[in-house]
Amino acid sequence: MSNDQWPLYEVFIRSKSGLNHKHAGSIHAADDQMALDAARDTYTRRNEGVSIWVVRSSQIVASDPAENAAFFEPAEDKIYRHPTFYEMPDGVENL
Amino acid sequence: MYTQGLDQKGQPEPGRDAPETPEQLEAFQRRIDAEEKIEAKDWMPEAYRRTLIRQISQHAHSEIIGMQPEGNWLTRAPTLKRKAILLAKVQDEAGHGLYLYGACETLGVSRDQMVADLLSGKSKYSSIFNYPTVTWADIGAIGWLVDGAAIMNQIPLCRCSYGPYSRAMIRVCKEESFHQRQGYDIMVELCRGTAAQKAMAQDALERWWWPSLMMFGPSDSDSRHSAQSMAWKIKRFSNDELRQKFIDVTVPQAEFIGLTVPDERLQFDEDTGHYRHGEIDWQEFIDVISGNGPCNRQRIAKRRRAHDDGEWVREAARAYAQKHAARAA
Repeated sequence: MSNDQWPLYEVFIRSKSGLNHKHAGSIHAADDQMALDAARDTYTRRNEGVSIWVVRSSQIVASDPAENAAFFEPAEDKIYRHPTFYEMPDGVENL
Repeated sequence: MYTQGLDQKGQPEPGRDAPETPEQLEAFQRRIDAEEKIEAKDWMPEAYRRTLIRQISQHAHSEIIGMQPEGNWLTRAPTLKRKAILLAKVQDEAGHGLYLYGACETLGVSRDQMVADLLSGKSKYSSIFNYPTVTWADIGAIGWLVDGAAIMNQIPLCRCSYGPYSRAMIRVCKEESFHQRQGYDIMVELCRGTAAQKAMAQDALERWWWPSLMMFGPSDSDSRHSAQSMAWKIKRFSNDELRQKFIDVTVPQAEFIGLTVPDERLQFDEDTGHYRHGEIDWQEFIDVISGNGPCNRQRIAKRRRAHDDGEWVREAARAYAQKHAARAA
């Protein structure tokens, strides 16, 4: 039997209906179902969640923080996307 | 439950073999100074990474070993209510260990490696868990004093510069208040009981007071890594500052239930608003962290045994997962 450690899972929890799932932490588990059980016991001992997602950490595709400047650059120079870019004439209302 | 400035001496000099450029280090320090959080994949100096791995893994180990002194009373708790509460608390300690192992893994060290380092004695854990729990009052004293000291130390760690550690600490701190209150509740009940019960509470305070003060680590003048940890905003207050805060809040709590803190030199200083306290026996602290406390060998032997005894469970879980994966394929 292999002595490798169990795969790592990232745990996401929806704290109540209407809110997004949010990253809570990680756990190791031998398979998906055991990952859910372990995530429940580790991260929701005090009713912190109504729904849990677990996903193998190796399956997550992440941006590289070292490349942040270039990666997020397209959003940097488009200030016209913000409402404050537009100056409204005095007297006009409900805009 | 707790992290401690354990190996203040004999560690490699930070950054000695690091290939970092001054520009990188300056840019990193600017982020820290601007109170930006550092995240797992961000560039960080090797010494920062090593310091965090050492501190977070010791902290995780402390949670795991910390289950032993309290677990000792699970089968002998005086009532079913106390047993259920203690069981929940010990389970929380396991949870805290897991949050912290998870946070530490983001720095590139494997869980297996951390566990191996604990079992081999290479990695340390808080000195406090090498003291025995000989009476039920010790469970009260641990919750009140040991978890109280832990809270003092962990609240500033919620603002630690390393994001995953800070988030784990926020989660831990939310749960720690229950631990401290259930401990004080045990002490209150003993102090309102018979003379023998009150004497048991006093005895526990006498045995746990000084070791609890040692939890904050060596005095500032002897604490070698403190300055760097402060500059990196891993640490926000010095060992002595935190210890003083703990004494200031805890002494009135002892007086409230009619217990006497075992320090003849303890005196409230009207001018400073702080309690002055007697000398801590640092030789005892050094002995305990060097492996010669009352229970060091017992704690590690028990952890090794638990690890070995759990092997068939891990093996069964792996076999089950493989069988189901093969069926699904």
